[in-house]
Amino acid sequence: MSSKPYVREMSKTTWFLSQPRYKRYMAREVTCIFIFAYTFLLIWGLGALANGPEAFSGFLESLRSPLGVLFNLAVLIVTVYHSISWFVVTPQAMPIQRGEEFVPGNIIVNAHYGAWAVVSLIILIWGM
Amino acid sequence: MSELQKRQIQLEVLRYNPETDTAPRYQTYSVPCLNEWVVLDALNYVKDHIDPTLSYRWSCHMAVCGSCGMMVNGEPKLACKAFIHEYGDQIKVEPMANFPIERDLVTTVEDFITKLASVKPYLIPKSDQPISAGEFKQTPAELKKFKQYTLCINCMLCYAACPQYGLVPEFLGPAAISMAHRYNQDSRDGGRDQRQEVIATDEGVWECSFVGACSEVCPKHVDPAGALQQVKVASTIDWYKEHLMPWVKK
Repeated sequence: MSSKPYVREMSKTTWFLSQPRYKRYMAREVTCIFIFAYTFLLIWGLGALANGPEAFSGFLESLRSPLGVLFNLAVLIVTVYHSISWFVVTPQAMPIQRGEEFVPGNIIVNAHYGAWAVVSLIILIWGM
Repeated sequence: MSELQKRQIQLEVLRYNPETDTAPRYQTYSVPCLNEWVVLDALNYVKDHIDPTLSYRWSCHMAVCGSCGMMVNGEPKLACKAFIHEYGDQIKVEPMANFPIERDLVTTVEDFITKLASVKPYLIPKSDQPISAGEFKQTPAELKKFKQYTLCINCMLCYAACPQYGLVPEFLGPAAISMAHRYNQDSRDGGRDQRQEVIATDEGVWECSFVGACSEVCPKHVDPAGALQQVKVASTIDWYKEHLMPWVKK
């Protein structure tokens, strides 16, 4: 037994740069910041709604501004990436065993895409 | 049969001698290899013909004992399963990441052994039964539920791949928790409550942020990342049952 094992410290700030898989993980994690920011936008919208029609139309107007459109587009893109990156790993988190065999992972992933499409469609039709 | 292909590779090995070194240093060996060799063969060549002081662990040479885990070109690998033909002429070999270096490629693994023991990785029968009552029976479906986890060889590559373990050394880690999950999933076992006290904790499963690297590097194709997420789901259900439906038995 050595009395002097050598401990290699891991960088707390740059560790994820060492491997592509760590970068992919960080991309998945970082995208949640955009979703977090979007919840503030929704809360702002709710606040505007509570303050009357004038405030709410001002809120809608700001959404239509180039900056508002750009922000929404950016959030849409990262949300799609975030969702896909989670859908990909769902078979690991929720395996389904039917009889002896496990349901193939792609069926679980595709079921998520299906549910996503159905919910999106309902919201789109409802919003029209 | 075609003639075996010969190659000269530069094997760059991170070395550390606790008696003389203050920090690890690289040493490069020029090794005449056969293309069919694995990295372990190259290390054995160095040990036998170039430098007998080189230290590393190995035993079975067939990906069963789990002793020869190390970083090969920065990736956690079993040296006996890392084929030379998959690499260029320059191969960098380092001790497993996230573990203290004992000497050269040998790491200190007591932390993992302690953590593994803490999850009680053995059958805890639901009730004592006399031998005369016969064996505990299990259907093929019940076996399949946990079988993949039984393939773990405790090589610790998942710990070397896990940045959470590197950042928070208290983390119980992938192999220990998936071994707990293996027994929790076993129809003959009744020890889940005892294991939950260890694994459903901040330093247990909740330290995992699902990087998934553990499953990607596992040489036995076990899915520890999946096991940990399943433990999270089951522990969350436990919490809701306990707080919202205290009358429902777990």
